[in-house]
Amino acid sequence: MNISFHEDTITAPATPPGIGALSIIRLSGPESFRLIDKIFKGKKKLSDADTHTLHYGLITEGSSTIDDVVVSVFRKPNSYTGEDVIEITSHGNPFIQRKILELLIAGGARAAEPGEFTRRAYLNNRIDLAQAEAVADVINSSSQASLRGARNQLDGLLSSKVKTLRDGLVETSSLIELELDFSEEDIILIDKSEIAGKIERIKAEIENLLKSFSFGKILRDGVNIAIAGKPNTGKSSLLNYLLRESRAIVSSIPGTTRDIIREDIIIDGFLFRLFDTAGIRSSVDEIEVEGVLRSRNAVKNADLTVFMYDSSEEFPEDLYRELLEVIDRKKLIIVQNKIDLPHIDGPLTDVKISAKTGEGIEKLLHSIKDRAFVNSNYTEKSIIVTNIRHKDCLVRAQDFLEKANISCRQNLSGEFIAADMRNAVEILSEIIGEITTNDILNNIFKNFCIGK
Amino acid sequence: MKFDIIVIGGGHAGIEAACAAAGMGCAVGLVTMDKKAMGRMSCNPAIGGTAKGHLVREIDALGGKMGLIADRTGIQFRMLNRSKGPAVWSPRCQSDRELYSVEALRIVESVPGITIIDDSAVDIISENNEVRGVITGNLGEIMCSALILSSGTFLNGLMHTGLNSVKGGRFGENASTGITETLLKLGFEAGRLKTGTPPRLKKDTINWDILEEQKGDENPQPFSHFTNAGDFPYLPQMSCYITHTSGKVHKVLEKGFGESPLFTGRIKGTGPRYCPSIEDKVVRFSEKNQHQLFLEPEGLNSDLIYLNGFSTSLPVEIQAEALKMIKGLEEVEMVRPGYAVEYDFFPPHQVDLTLETKLVKGLYFSGQINGTSGYEEAAAQGLIAGINAAAKIKGMPELVLKRSEAYTGVLIDDLVTKSTEEPYRMFTSRAEYRLLLRQDNSDRRLLKYGYEYGLIDKTSFEILEEKNRKVLEGIEFLNKHRIEMKAANVFLEAKGLDLVYNAETTAKLVKRPSVGLRELLSITTNNNQQVNDLISDINVLEQIEIELKYEGYIKRQQELIEKLEKFENSAIPLATDYKSLKSLSTEGREKLSKVKPRSIGQASRISGVTPSDISVLLVYLKT
Ligand SMILES: Nc1nc2c(ncn2[C@@H]2O[C@H](COP(=O)(O)OP(=O)(O)OP(=O)(O)O)[C@@H](O)[C@H]2O)c(=O)[nH]1
Ligand SMILES: [Mg+2]
Repeated sequence: MNISFHEDTITAPATPPGIGALSIIRLSGPESFRLIDKIFKGKKKLSDADTHTLHYGLITEGSSTIDDVVVSVFRKPNSYTGEDVIEITSHGNPFIQRKILELLIAGGARAAEPGEFTRRAYLNNRIDLAQAEAVADVINSSSQASLRGARNQLDGLLSSKVKTLRDGLVETSSLIELELDFSEEDIILIDKSEIAGKIERIKAEIENLLKSFSFGKILRDGVNIAIAGKPNTGKSSLLNYLLRESRAIVSSIPGTTRDIIREDIIIDGFLFRLFDTAGIRSSVDEIEVEGVLRSRNAVKNADLTVFMYDSSEEFPEDLYRELLEVIDRKKLIIVQNKIDLPHIDGPLTDVKISAKTGEGIEKLLHSIKDRAFVNSNYTEKSIIVTNIRHKDCLVRAQDFLEKANISCRQNLSGEFIAADMRNAVEILSEIIGEITTNDILNNIFKNFCIGK
Repeated sequence: MKFDIIVIGGGHAGIEAACAAAGMGCAVGLVTMDKKAMGRMSCNPAIGGTAKGHLVREIDALGGKMGLIADRTGIQFRMLNRSKGPAVWSPRCQSDRELYSVEALRIVESVPGITIIDDSAVDIISENNEVRGVITGNLGEIMCSALILSSGTFLNGLMHTGLNSVKGGRFGENASTGITETLLKLGFEAGRLKTGTPPRLKKDTINWDILEEQKGDENPQPFSHFTNAGDFPYLPQMSCYITHTSGKVHKVLEKGFGESPLFTGRIKGTGPRYCPSIEDKVVRFSEKNQHQLFLEPEGLNSDLIYLNGFSTSLPVEIQAEALKMIKGLEEVEMVRPGYAVEYDFFPPHQVDLTLETKLVKGLYFSGQINGTSGYEEAAAQGLIAGINAAAKIKGMPELVLKRSEAYTGVLIDDLVTKSTEEPYRMFTSRAEYRLLLRQDNSDRRLLKYGYEYGLIDKTSFEILEEKNRKVLEGIEFLNKHRIEMKAANVFLEAKGLDLVYNAETTAKLVKRPSVGLRELLSITTNNNQQVNDLISDINVLEQIEIELKYEGYIKRQQELIEKLEKFENSAIPLATDYKSLKSLSTEGREKLSKVKPRSIGQASRISGVTPSDISVLLVYLKT
């Protein structure tokens, strides 16, 4: 069983999912400061910060900025859990929230189990004794809730898939163990390259599951779509058309939209989160400069960008190139707007629309869906990883399988391969919440004639 | 009569229990029905094998006797799995069955403080759930402070051949009755297991010339750390032979299925899946048209051959007829038929990790009574039970070996935590820290405990400490000691390995596959005193080589152990009332009340206990 004692560092959102203006991610454990320092750029290192202080700064990944955030620092033992705790308050965008969680996990944090913060709080005497029972109930009911959750169709498919993969690993491990524990038996053993092949096949399947995570994310959190372009191209008009209300101010004055306007729409059951942005141009207006900065960030963070230009103007080659520097062409849908006016077709255009008459909008929606789900080969029966904990487990399992695979390829003796295989099996068992002992021996006794 | 400790049964568990307890200064009474049958090998005449060999090495490092007896009476020694990594190398030997018993008795008699009592125990005397003594058939009451039950397959033993069943624990020996009944009255839960044995054949009626020979190792290695290499092996070495069953043999066996006590349901006990009878194999693996059999000598001067792989309880005539169909056995004379034996055991969740029963203080179970099979498993438990019983009397701390330090620890933890429904046998795959629990480092892992409990002498302990020191120093040295590029490349090229571009440390180079430390060092001696010293000390060199070569893997396992250490160390009070912990899952609550785990780590290994049960426990432990 893989259970965590309170010694590693855990992280999870502390605010419920969905959009609020702000969202909080909590990080707790001995590594909290090391982890936050890796991704936070502020005036000073948080490891040097005093307890109970707030810090403004940026969460970054490499050279790109994920969000500007406020971080609260609580040093042990005076924190909610009694450990070093960091709370990151970011914008209430699920994309940003997820990205920050992923960064923390990549740095070495573990996704918290249900109720784990509370449990730690209790164990560190941060919660009063009389609450013991209540805490235990919370732990149990939240794990039951996650079990119930597991019965929904998506997770059900996933867990049966993971089970199959795990059984495959157990079977492969049996072949390895057979050679170690039953070498005196009259049994035909298979060679390492065949075992490596089996491991690779399972790895490939896990890889596919991992790929589905980005799609799973879309299913749950929606597709983030930035609408960007030069000022006055009709971005806000498109937003209003899609929402069927005049949500954003539209005017013939370039530079109307200053801050980002965010609205959700549902198309064919999928959630799309639209970000109408300020038109991008160089400006001396302080507010507009800030708006343009936000536009660029929105493009960077979005899953897709509708890049809009005005039929009556030249194709904005310069802006197009600039955007390509921060995002992939595949994430860009180039839209020529105002085709109700006399125009000539511009270059590179994916869809032509009129935000005024609605012409071409159907086509645009199609092309958005196609792009969002491209490569996902999504069907009703697709197995999709939506849960970040599941993803975390799959990544860890994959690591161990890779090690096992290398040992195999180096033709090392089975016990070295088996050591990593065992870890991989345990991690997969963790996803399905099923702990079984002696699977390998059972499998051997079932399938091979053992016993002299 | 009164003893500190009474041990019931002179089998492999009983011997270790008695010798350890006496070695720790207790007055021990060893009750056995026939002292000539001391350490009798009732199954095959062999010691060790995969994982079992590890157990023997551990027993030896802890100051037990099995390794010594096996070394003196072995007639064929082999290191199994030698082509694989060092963690799964397992020593095994064929033994001279008669001499083994003689040597076992000699050793037991040589330990001061043991009184051998030729008698059988019929009842246990206890008061307020505390042991007071035993009642034996002839001598009546014998009092004691601790009682170790290691009665093997004798408790209500019932032997089956065809539809005939006879009471008895072993061929020609009586069963013991009464003990089970007393234990049931005391509140213990009993179960029934089965094991089998093959027919014994007359040596000179076998056509040896046409059979495949299996020899022992050219350079046999002893089990015991204390066996003097110069005297070893003590006895002339013999070979085993291999033959196979065939479709014809299976046909004959099938004729007897109607009278099989196994298939007709007469045998109620559960048999081991890893050691099925030949009739079981024929039925379950009907697609296999032959099964491998080993002809093992029973001893230097014995005219008996043990037909390993042909354990059966089919009717005698069927056995005899089927044997004659086997290659090489056309004219064979069956001296004694195979039989199955059913016996009582007590599902081992009823004992604690010290092997003391949870119900009756001072009462210890060891060996087959706990549901294990095998001499080595029995001996390891006997040793631990003996040490703990004596430790308690002497006011010393208990000995509970961790899963991360010994197969013996894995064995007992598995038994207590998971209980067992079939006879339990050790396998290397049961040990999650297999890469650390090697036969080659059993002394480095365990000798200190043997010394602590007075079963290992000071000199041996000091020798070990010296060895440990040399290993550490050697590793440090080799991490710095560089081999010149030119010399290294000549060496690497000859092996077809990638070349180096700089002088490289020995520690790094030895990690390459097929590079041995000794050969690597020999290219660089240059009269370096430290190198020469290393090369000359095989035992130290072996440890260094393994630790360097598999450093990455070893480190990973050590990290895992450290990670889980807190778990293992966080104790759960024995008196925990799981029924009152409402938040536990129903199954978790039931299993926890049954097993009464000592630590969170142990609790987490109980099947049916979920991660959220563990969370709940962690929370309650604080209150
Ligand atoms: N004829 C025509 N006019 C349009 C169309 N789309 C937008 N317009 C007009 O273009 C002008 C600018 O529209 P907005 O939607 O405010 O443009 P924007 O891109 O949001 O501009 P900024 O917020 O300033 O960047 C308005 O006068 C709109 O009425 C269209 O498809 N056809
Ligand atoms: Mg606008």
